[in-house]
Amino acid sequence: MATLETTRREFLLGTGVLVVSFSLTSPARAQGPGQTKPVALDQVDSFLAVHRDGTVTMYTGKVDIGTGIRVALPQMVAEELDVALDKIKLVEGDTALTPDQGPTWGSLSVQIAGVQLRQAAATARKALVDMAVQKLGMPSADLAVKDGVIFVRAEPHRRLSYAELIGEQAFNLKLDPAAPLKNPKDYTIVGQPVPRPDIPGKVTGAHTYMQDFRVPGMLHARVVRPPAIGATLESVDESSIKSIKGATVVRQGSFLAVVAESEWAAVKAAKQLKATWSKWEGLPAPAKLWEHVRNTPVAKDDVAVNQGDPKAAMARAAKTLKATYDFAVHTHGSMGPACAVADVKSGKAEIWSPSQAPHWLRKEVAYTLQMDPKDVHIQYLDGAGCYGRNGHEDATCDAALVSKLTGKPVRVQWSREDEHGWDPKGPPTLVEISGGLDAQGNVIAWDAELWVPKADITEWPRTLAATLAGIPQKEAINPGNIHRNLDPSYPFPNQRAVAHRLATTPFRPSWIRTPGRMQNTYANEVFIDECAAAAGADPVEYRLRYLTDPRGIAVLRAAAGLAKWEPRPSPRRDQTGPIARGRGVAYVKYENARTYVAGVADVEVNRQTGAIRCTRFYVAHDCGLIINSDGVRAQIEGNIIQTVSRTLKEELKWNRSRVTSVDWASYPILTFPDVPEVIMELINRPNDPPWGVGEPAACLPPPAISNAVFDAIGVRLRSVPFTAAKLKTAMATMKA
Amino acid sequence: MVTLSVNGKTQRLDVEPDTPLLYVLRDNLGLHGPKFGCGLAQCGSCTVLVDGRAVRSCSVAVGKLGPGKVVTLEGLGTVQKPHPVQRAFIEEQAAQCGYCINGMVMQATAFLSARQTSPSEREIRQALQRNLCRCGTHQRIIAAVKRAATLMGKGA
Repeated sequence: MATLETTRREFLLGTGVLVVSFSLTSPARAQGPGQTKPVALDQVDSFLAVHRDGTVTMYTGKVDIGTGIRVALPQMVAEELDVALDKIKLVEGDTALTPDQGPTWGSLSVQIAGVQLRQAAATARKALVDMAVQKLGMPSADLAVKDGVIFVRAEPHRRLSYAELIGEQAFNLKLDPAAPLKNPKDYTIVGQPVPRPDIPGKVTGAHTYMQDFRVPGMLHARVVRPPAIGATLESVDESSIKSIKGATVVRQGSFLAVVAESEWAAVKAAKQLKATWSKWEGLPAPAKLWEHVRNTPVAKDDVAVNQGDPKAAMARAAKTLKATYDFAVHTHGSMGPACAVADVKSGKAEIWSPSQAPHWLRKEVAYTLQMDPKDVHIQYLDGAGCYGRNGHEDATCDAALVSKLTGKPVRVQWSREDEHGWDPKGPPTLVEISGGLDAQGNVIAWDAELWVPKADITEWPRTLAATLAGIPQKEAINPGNIHRNLDPSYPFPNQRAVAHRLATTPFRPSWIRTPGRMQNTYANEVFIDECAAAAGADPVEYRLRYLTDPRGIAVLRAAAGLAKWEPRPSPRRDQTGPIARGRGVAYVKYENARTYVAGVADVEVNRQTGAIRCTRFYVAHDCGLIINSDGVRAQIEGNIIQTVSRTLKEELKWNRSRVTSVDWASYPILTFPDVPEVIMELINRPNDPPWGVGEPAACLPPPAISNAVFDAIGVRLRSVPFTAAKLKTAMATMKA
Repeated sequence: MVTLSVNGKTQRLDVEPDTPLLYVLRDNLGLHGPKFGCGLAQCGSCTVLVDGRAVRSCSVAVGKLGPGKVVTLEGLGTVQKPHPVQRAFIEEQAAQCGYCINGMVMQATAFLSARQTSPSEREIRQALQRNLCRCGTHQRIIAAVKRAATLMGKGA
């Protein structure tokens, strides 16, 4: 088996030198030869192993997809275990060695996996102190711990290291939920902006990405995709590639691939291969998408909230409003198309993949190969950022199937067209909201409906390889928990919010960063702005009328303060030139259960061209306890900039047969000249649980920008993306 | 046979002349810096320097490269001895997934090397406008290029 080891890297931190080392090699099993390392979620040994040299290996089923958990999770363990950060080795996403802590999704790595690891460390630390009490004959109150050494406070020479106490042996302990945690005031590692261990390698070419990984004897494969999504393969002319040295065809059902020893030969053969496919035109006409969505059968209704009597309140309202908001189909748009290596032989599958969900992928590969999951071993390697379930899992199953069919180790590298055209998509989203205001302009009724596909939430999206190869799969779709945040983040007295979960959706769906929570917050936070405008109220003051949650009030006030918000109703009516400036606000409590965020967008609207620029974006952010402040900042920057791109530019195009947005020209994203400056304030709450950071702030740009455009020119944008063409149409409609 | 100069070494390689430089660098020479992003010269992930100029290696056939000296990310510096642009990216923590960062570093190196003075933010944004980043690391990349200009001793 090929292995890979990253080199030890040194980093300078302001206060001194920190050495953080990581290994991607399967380390010697802590339990001794012949024993399998435990991976159960309730065992300390699943998460931690103390070695004789004083280093500690920690194991997590989560993976660092570019978010920085490769340093944040070790910070939590080092802090709670009282060992130096440079003594921690991390093993991530290896299905044989790591506990299944769920896919790396939902802004839950620190919040769920980090907290599990922290509790494992606390349990281990307590056990080590108990051992030292026995061996040193002193009560625990007289002992202190520093850097993996337990010593008698009054006689520091009487000491025992963790390595001496348990080096290379198992704890054989269950995670103790009552094991005492450190007082946050004593933290020295948690909260620090510790630099990421992978960045020096990534900026010098020393880091090994999935795309760089090779095994001996490996073939390069390319999958030849049908010209229409549902087309089936009728015939293949294998002689059409005979001019390409060493290239051969691999086929099962409609799954068609070419393999070659050289990658370029495989690329050329895939392009040159002649195949005949059936016709298929099963996609809805793009111009009739929203009609199609409304006419799709509803599988079930999810009631997000139903309190008071919205209907009766609406009937007695002094003023009612109604608006419909739509949000385009998006692709993940990873910079590097998916890639994987598979070696399937003797009834076992050895897989290297950049999947965000190695433990789920194990089942997907097993399904595709018709094997037992215990015979499938997945090891994670960094790919390009995925922002949800992109093409990685499909490319992995492609590689597994081609390896099975050829009997050789196989590397599959997707093309740009594969990634844009065939990754599962963020589904089209439609929200309709009605509101009733009393004579003072206060919201007395709120009634929201959402049309989105259903989610078989424990199922992975069906893989392309299994579908094309004719391997029977259970019908299931999973776009993620996209009904969340449909209930407003304000305790209106009479409110109802219902998600119509549709039985089908045009494209194979999956989750893309902040799935549903982004689209629902967009609708809610534009609609409350419409209510504020109808009431002639300042948008920040209007939201504060309803907010009762002190942490929500604090982030909204912080964002307004950061932006130097000047209270007045929108729109401003004092601009006459071609460029109009405006600002808009948005607020949300993520999933109405965790991280609080508020933001202000500054925009410039060109009345002549219809172009919108977001020049500045202010964010206030409360995720409870901050683990790594620089990591939090990086994630907020990413959330905002990526979502400004999605809000202003991104929209998947298709015809009746296939996706036609197949590269960066046909699916443009935000570029440097148009990237806003992101200004933020972090609210740290050391005594509260650490919550997610990877998604919440992405809720803010769509509503804040829509509200800012309204502030600038009095035109409401209710259809993402806010393209120049849509703005000009909206301006013309307003004039008419 | 194709002859290339890569990171200061002459390489004689038995490859088809229509092979894009990117595949030769990655598959024949085992380099990891230049990345396959689109194969269409749209994203910049594959950027290398040819005689100091930023070139999209995915779209140049080795047979048509000529005698130009190729420098990749590895040829600029190492973890132990990074080039000032690489050092600036490390100090600004200017990477998320890092897949585009090869292109950012190479484009910025070509841009800064060709001028005597420190660029304005607007000039940096213009210089990088054909390099795409999906994670939203742009703000840090801009800061890193500013820092690199200082490290390289560019005047005001």
